[in-house]
Amino acid sequence: MSPPVSPPSKPVSPARMFWSDFAESKLALLGLAMVVVIVLAAVTAPWIAPQNPYDQAGLSLMDARLPPGTEGSGGYAHWLGTDAAGRDVLSAILFGLRTSIFVAVAAGAFALCLGTVAGLFAAWRGGFAEQAVMRLVDLQLSLPAILLALVLVAALGQGTQQVVIALVAAQYAYFARTAHGAASAERHRDYMDAARVLALPPARQMLRHLLPNILPPLIVVATVQVANAIAIEATLSFLGVGMPVTEPSLGTLIANGFQFMLSGRYWISVYPGLALLALIIGINLVGDQLRDVLNPRLRK
Amino acid sequence: MSLFLLKRLGAALLAMWVMSLLVFTGVFAIGNPIDVLINPAADQRIIAETIARYGFDQPLWVQYLRFLNGLLHGDFGRSFVFNEPALALIAQKLPATLELALTAMVIAVVIGLPLGLYAGLRPKDLPAQGIMAASIFGFSLPTFWVGLMLILVFSVELGWLPSGGRGETLSVFGIEWSFLTLNGLYHLVLPATNLALFKLSLIIRLTRAGIRETMLQDYVKFARAKGIRPGRIVVVHALRNILIPIVTVIGLEFGSVVAFAVVTETIFSWPGMGRLIIESIQTLDRPVMVAYLMLVVAMFILINVSVDVLNTLLDPRLRHRA
Repeated sequence: MSPPVSPPSKPVSPARMFWSDFAESKLALLGLAMVVVIVLAAVTAPWIAPQNPYDQAGLSLMDARLPPGTEGSGGYAHWLGTDAAGRDVLSAILFGLRTSIFVAVAAGAFALCLGTVAGLFAAWRGGFAEQAVMRLVDLQLSLPAILLALVLVAALGQGTQQVVIALVAAQYAYFARTAHGAASAERHRDYMDAARVLALPPARQMLRHLLPNILPPLIVVATVQVANAIAIEATLSFLGVGMPVTEPSLGTLIANGFQFMLSGRYWISVYPGLALLALIIGINLVGDQLRDVLNPRLRK
Repeated sequence: MSLFLLKRLGAALLAMWVMSLLVFTGVFAIGNPIDVLINPAADQRIIAETIARYGFDQPLWVQYLRFLNGLLHGDFGRSFVFNEPALALIAQKLPATLELALTAMVIAVVIGLPLGLYAGLRPKDLPAQGIMAASIFGFSLPTFWVGLMLILVFSVELGWLPSGGRGETLSVFGIEWSFLTLNGLYHLVLPATNLALFKLSLIIRLTRAGIRETMLQDYVKFARAKGIRPGRIVVVHALRNILIPIVTVIGLEFGSVVAFAVVTETIFSWPGMGRLIIESIQTLDRPVMVAYLMLVVAMFILINVSVDVLNTLLDPRLRHRA
């Protein structure tokens, strides 16, 4: 009979460790909850919104500019009021969130890929290529992102694609600088030397060995940049140079209500604005905590 | 020192050239200016004539050289909409924007510095924590949204301040200024506050971080040991040393204040060059867009160079590195 074996202590999975670190901040949890609720509401908007705000036939001018809580001709209460076209503000917000989130996430994802590739390439090649890429990135970072996006939208014209392109072009530099900095620090580590000695193909060295190790700072930048993309897109749309009127984002909704605000009909602008704020603040709270959790220098 | 200055100027010129290339590609090569310039119903002769007049029939590099030649002579072309030189049009609007941006910077410094000092000297106090929490909001709230709320609260609900325009202006040396009349000052308060909030948060955080580090330094301890009054220690010993990074940031941020004025000017109908650029984007007035861009870029680069040079003068260590 073999001696009794003590049960092996259960290894804590990295995901669980990450979560328990993350959950230490109640504020971050609140932020996460806000983001999850808002994203869920945006995704399920066609099913949970009281009205399809794009369906012209479903709108009645009789319902225009009803204050919050009034019952309209549709037989249900407009909890957040209606806008100038008789559109239910709550429904418009839910659909506007879809547009805002889609644009920001698409722009963030493309900027992440483009910036990471540019940063890795610069760190990998060194020499002139590095100088050229990083000087361009520095030049761009000395200008505010909103200005660059504004210029690009001006050059490209209105439309979803154009706004996404402008955001990517304005934001990739942040990823490129982060990726370049992290990659320059990591590429002389022992594991990278080992990979080189093993004569692994460069693509494999970059993607399997280097990339996972520079991912944490990139993830932090990505969260912040998605929040920034939402704010920039909203600003562009508010200024009337962003999303087309056919695809109203939160910024468009706020702009539409602006003219009525001076006459005291605050709800057309204020509620979309509050949704925008909740989203931006939620993402920033999550990003702040991610920065702390993913920072190896703060590891206990 | 002169070698450093030369190097820095060379880099600045190179940056300007790269930007001219980017602006040219962005504004002229992408999209079709002919669509904007010519009525689609015009006959072939007029179309060909207009194309030849603006040089759109030339190869792209010829067009670029012409564009560059114009830039070097300060000629950005005439506005399609106003039929005036684009540069003159922007120059007319410049004082209004500068007035707004400078007022915003003054507000940010005058309020931000004391608040940051307080938050740094008494970090545990409840008001200090409140200040820091508020500064997070100042960072993450979109400028245009804050502007809307200011209008809603102070103009619509309370009726204390006007919601737009420059109000009465006083002409000095042929330039109109709002801050010289009482009515103009009333009009300046809301937009300047709106523009200041982001920088205010930044200055609060910088000052707080700086003062917390400085108060632990030996020279502060020594000053305390000498029995110098706490107020004098803060103002004369600590503040002087944290002022250098703060001045640097204020200088660098001035450019972005001018850029953000685009948003504030639109909300508060402030007749500055930010509103002009938005209008020119909407009417596809390319010469004005290009002139604005090149001016703003030149301003950014100029600010960067001056700050570099100033820092070198202030800090001898940087001189030897360069």
